[in-house]
Amino acid sequence: MSDSPRPRFETVAMDALMVRLFDAISEAHMPWILAADAALRQHFGDALIDLVPSYTTLLVHYDVVRLDHAAARELAREALDGLEPASSGAGREHVIPVWYDDSVGPELPRIAERLGVEPEEIVRRHCARDYCAFALGFAPGYAFMGLVEEALATPRLKTPRQKVPAGSVGIAERQTAIYPMRSPGGWNILGRTAVKLFDRQREEISLFRPGDRVRFEAIGREAFIEQGGDPTPMEERG
Amino acid sequence: MNSSSQPAGLVVERTGPLALVEDGGRFGVRHLGVTQGGALDWVSLGWANWLLGNAPDAAGIEIAIGGLALKAEATTRLALAGADLGAELDGQPLAPGASFMIEAGQRLTFGQPVAGLRAYLAVPGGIDAEPFMGSLSSVMREQLGGLDGQGRALGVGDRIGWRGATPEARELPVSLSLPDEETTLELVAGAQIAHFDGASLFAAFNQPWRVDSRADRMGVRLTGPVLRCGLGGMISEGIPLGAVQVPPDGQPILLLNDRQTVGGYPRLGALTPLACTRLAQCMPGSAIRLQAVTPWQASKANRRQLDRWR
Repeated sequence: MSDSPRPRFETVAMDALMVRLFDAISEAHMPWILAADAALRQHFGDALIDLVPSYTTLLVHYDVVRLDHAAARELAREALDGLEPASSGAGREHVIPVWYDDSVGPELPRIAERLGVEPEEIVRRHCARDYCAFALGFAPGYAFMGLVEEALATPRLKTPRQKVPAGSVGIAERQTAIYPMRSPGGWNILGRTAVKLFDRQREEISLFRPGDRVRFEAIGREAFIEQGGDPTPMEERG
Repeated sequence: MNSSSQPAGLVVERTGPLALVEDGGRFGVRHLGVTQGGALDWVSLGWANWLLGNAPDAAGIEIAIGGLALKAEATTRLALAGADLGAELDGQPLAPGASFMIEAGQRLTFGQPVAGLRAYLAVPGGIDAEPFMGSLSSVMREQLGGLDGQGRALGVGDRIGWRGATPEARELPVSLSLPDEETTLELVAGAQIAHFDGASLFAAFNQPWRVDSRADRMGVRLTGPVLRCGLGGMISEGIPLGAVQVPPDGQPILLLNDRQTVGGYPRLGALTPLACTRLAQCMPGSAIRLQAVTPWQASKANRRQLDRWR
């Protein structure tokens, strides 16, 4: 658990302030971010329009008809006074089955080659940790997760792909993520999951929320297809 | 003729560069990576709605640049505000900032921009469709919202229905203006502004900027003096509407309604929501000036606009 943060409040827009709690990325910060999220939601109540937690900050977008700038700052200060970190059970846990394979994860053999190990070893190491969802962004349901072990850290592709298929699981530097829908992207793709991250038929439309914990589990091609996965190889889709 | 069981509406006969169903935007879901969306010029959408007695944020159509042609299947009253895109009702010119009756079988067509860039068409009671996450706003990149929930632009054959009865005519209480040769955009200074060097800040607020052709509903690039920021890499954080972000090339990007929800470039602050509406009407090549205002000045002006609709 990290030390108690000293919140800073910054003006970022007519109707938004940034609450800054930390200056570096760490999984140990998330219990504080989650606690701040809950406290800000409670204190702002109906005057809150949106609250966007990220690695080290929370963006508070408030209703200027109800609160002026000074009142919003004061409210945020009050909300975070005497803040205690959220309990370890605050974020939900997910296990995401992934079919790791060259055909749907073209960078899997490349990273293995770079480290001089078999692809199975890369899979084992990617599945060995719980990852924390630091923030959602880029696309609906897209969670920036981490941290992957240092040796697996890989820079983004020099030229992003035009189309990364839905369900693609990737790595960029020490972060890992899943593409909820087909979109352009520059992450190194290791495999694919059949799990729907953003499903409008489901009551919880976004599977992930900031602060959730995620573990990957390797499955075979058959299980992937049985779960509804599309095994079309990556390159064919461009 | 409307021969099916579907209610009568406006049928799209021809499309232009881009026409989208937009309302006041989607809120309370940005922590899930879902962007705000909504009418870029929410003031013009608000006036178009006001002309029909609708709530200011009721869903209407945002027509960029022109080209759209609609045929009415029933008689009703519609309202237009925002850009003058050469709109005509069966060949008779329509000025923005007014409502008009359209008879079943008549055509509403848009030509090319005369002034401004985005026109807003309001329908009685707002557009009738199923909201997604509390809004009808179409976000193409996210494949959310609009008539079918997939965020698509209006296409030929789409039918736009409305929720309300035909209202009485109303006259605008103010005259609406569109951006002039040079547009001043108010900016609430903040975020990482302290990390920019003095010469850059002086230039940012004293030299003219030009709207680049790289402009869409996510953001608008400006070209002009190169702004230098001492901050190296930044950890991504939530991005407010109007954020003036400066990537390493020193040329600002003004982030609008369909922006990504988090980002990691240093920012000078954010345009006021009212300034964003004026930016949305600026053609590429337009001259822009940035003017710093306090959050109090900005919210006072914002409240004045909202009060006009009460």
